[in-house]
Amino acid sequence: MPKLTIDGIEVEVDPGLTVLQACETIGVEIPRFCYHERLSVAGNCRMCLVEMEKAPKPIASCAMPAADGMVIRTNTPLVQKARKGVMEFLLINHPLDCPICDQGGECDLQDQAMAYGFDRGRFHENKRAVQEKYFGPLIKTIMTRCIHCTRCVRFATEVGGVEELGATGRGEHLEIGTYVEKALNSELSGNMIDLCPVGALTSKPYAFVARSWELQKTESIDVLDAVGSNIRVDSRGREVLRVLPRLHEQVNEEWISDKARFAYDGLKRQRLDRPYLRRDGKLRPASWTEAFAAIAERIRGVSGDRIAAIAGDLMDVEAMFALKELMGALGSPHLDCRQDGAKIDPARRAGYLFNTTIAGVEQADACLLIGTNPRREAPLINARLRKRYLQGGLKVGVIGPQSDLTYRTETLGAGPETLAEIADGRHPFAEVLKQAKRPMLILGMGALARPDGAAVLALARRVAEACGMVREDWNGFNMLHTAAARVGGLEVGFVPEAGGRDLNGILDGAGKGEIEVVYLLGADEIDTSRLGNAFVIYQGHHGDAGAHRADVILPGAAYTEKSGTYVNTEGRVQQTRLAVFPPGEAREDWTIVRALSDVLGRKLPYDNLPQLRQRLFEFNERFQRLDAVVPANWGAFGANGAVDGAAFRTPIENFYMTDPISRASETMAACTQIYVLGEQGGDEQGMTGTNG
Amino acid sequence: MAFLDRSARSLLLTELLSGLRLTFSYMFRPKVTLNYPFEKGPLSPRFRGEHVLRRYPNGEERCIACKLCEAICPALAITIEAEPREDGSRRTTRYDIDMTKCIYCGLCQEACPVDAVVEGPNFEFATETREELYYNKEKLLANGDRWEPEIAANLAADAPYR
Repeated sequence: MPKLTIDGIEVEVDPGLTVLQACETIGVEIPRFCYHERLSVAGNCRMCLVEMEKAPKPIASCAMPAADGMVIRTNTPLVQKARKGVMEFLLINHPLDCPICDQGGECDLQDQAMAYGFDRGRFHENKRAVQEKYFGPLIKTIMTRCIHCTRCVRFATEVGGVEELGATGRGEHLEIGTYVEKALNSELSGNMIDLCPVGALTSKPYAFVARSWELQKTESIDVLDAVGSNIRVDSRGREVLRVLPRLHEQVNEEWISDKARFAYDGLKRQRLDRPYLRRDGKLRPASWTEAFAAIAERIRGVSGDRIAAIAGDLMDVEAMFALKELMGALGSPHLDCRQDGAKIDPARRAGYLFNTTIAGVEQADACLLIGTNPRREAPLINARLRKRYLQGGLKVGVIGPQSDLTYRTETLGAGPETLAEIADGRHPFAEVLKQAKRPMLILGMGALARPDGAAVLALARRVAEACGMVREDWNGFNMLHTAAARVGGLEVGFVPEAGGRDLNGILDGAGKGEIEVVYLLGADEIDTSRLGNAFVIYQGHHGDAGAHRADVILPGAAYTEKSGTYVNTEGRVQQTRLAVFPPGEAREDWTIVRALSDVLGRKLPYDNLPQLRQRLFEFNERFQRLDAVVPANWGAFGANGAVDGAAFRTPIENFYMTDPISRASETMAACTQIYVLGEQGGDEQGMTGTNG
Repeated sequence: MAFLDRSARSLLLTELLSGLRLTFSYMFRPKVTLNYPFEKGPLSPRFRGEHVLRRYPNGEERCIACKLCEAICPALAITIEAEPREDGSRRTTRYDIDMTKCIYCGLCQEACPVDAVVEGPNFEFATETREELYYNKEKLLANGDRWEPEIAANLAADAPYR
């Protein structure tokens, strides 16, 4: 443990830390631009210069390993002069366009120029101007502002895993770019906007929309994938203007996916802001009383086993819990929250969780991906896998469609028969898993959302047991969900009760007329054409597939508009917070169910959220333990049976459009056009950002 | 003695006469009252009157939607919304000043980095309804066009002291 003296304070730090990190441990702040704790050290901005005894000149503290006996001074006249000089050089070619720069108000360069810079410029020659580069529909570039810290290049290469960014030229002529004019193909690219210490990379959809100081900041949870990334929702008035990541080391570190970041404009379009009622084959606006009366009239006299409910991918636990209780009161056992038809076994908790935990991925040394493409389903888990891969020694085998996951993978097979070979130890990769100290497998919805899904699940369990993935100190069986509501729905028991039908049963029953009333709680990914002549109640926030088919529409709230509990794929309970109010007459989802229960004469015993949560905690005390991952006990799950030979498919074809919110988003549509359909964009040729 | 003095002054009407002398002396001095609105007093170049939004000589509006005036306004009288214009430049789509909230402190024009919002020399903008005092961008730009010569002269006159 090296012991060094910083500003007269003796400090002992972990070996391997740099001088800058050592300074941080005792709260001495060193200004920096290029250094970032999650990226490799570049040492090219020179802002972190400090004085070291016996060194002939100031040292770059971010690149100097802390060593025994060092004497560091961070606040001497020499250091201040050095910082002032570096700042002056940086500002020589930085345009003074802070008033029109979107980074203004939250800019590292602005802040540090105020703190460490000189109050006037001595450079009166012409400044450099650089052509804007095309980085795709998400990132706006004003390269004249670039200070060449190369954080974006390092992020793309190291975390994003796409080596598409680089620097060309030397000195003043150095330019950051994609070499050839093309959109940056990474689902984590939005994080470069946060990383950029100046306004060179800014958010295109957010361009010129608002200033950081006018925004109301609400800490919340992302629900567009099952990772449960921690986000901050920035809003002004009744509008969500941007979404930024929040630090959570166990879940998303400080990154979020582009979908989480940019799909917010879908919250403004296609919204259901009032109840609708189908009259004479057409949906017409109605009042809440009329809508409830229509439902009550239709349900009256219908026996419970002719009513069914399906919960969607974005629903909070509270709404599902309330609806489950209402269905119970109506006497219906037909509930399902697995609207993709995945054969998840709800009985055994270990069988549907990401047991290793997301942070635990970093300890694995062999990984088997089954019917999943984590890059599309959960980019942040993919980023963890890549992080682990970069540390060396991670072997990844894939059963299912081949695709570029940003790290080297070995394609083992296409379907269940390869999985069976591994389970029986006949496949060479079984040996790799057995040799590994901490092997893990990730089972995706592509392997489960098929008729033989339960058998595949049992097969995966056998693989986990045969390859030593399940031990006292390690559980390598992981299920990667694609929907934020899935684990919450399973934990709350929104699954068929004894004698109840699952998704397929409900849809078949509706088609045959055995189910008369179907309650869609935000369920849009089902095949609505199979609903037959059933009376469909749709409760949700977007006019998507479900609302299209509905006979009664009850407008609900989106995730930014309610305080809801969500459980991520690890089983981590987290809560969203209300950032803006739901539009028009839309209401929080559980209140709709509660109000409807009153009209139906089966009043649910809670009048406010605390009462509902109290009941929820009594039902399952894990919901009380916010942000905790409760390990699950291992046991048997899945159903032994024959598997068919069909290959696993990818559950998500288009990463940018997976749910009603992202389907309504213009930004996501633009991304789909460029990244999925492969059209070319780029119309900002020849601009430098200083014109106009 | 004092009693005699006072009585003599009263009897001889000296107080009255001295007062009348002052009155007559003012009759021949220049008048300080103005026949407003036909006559107007002088205004300082720093006078803070009605707001305007200025343009560059080529007709391009100066305001770049940096929102510094909105941020500094102590009365929260300014509301700005912005988005990229067709040519990609940063411009306001909405620039409202609620003149009934405004306290004419002049901080907006101090904050403006491009001298776009200026409190001009006009103080005669009383209206019959409150609604007329909710200025929008169009009204402010029209004000700017009307008062530009005066404002430019005022800014030039004040420039040496800045």
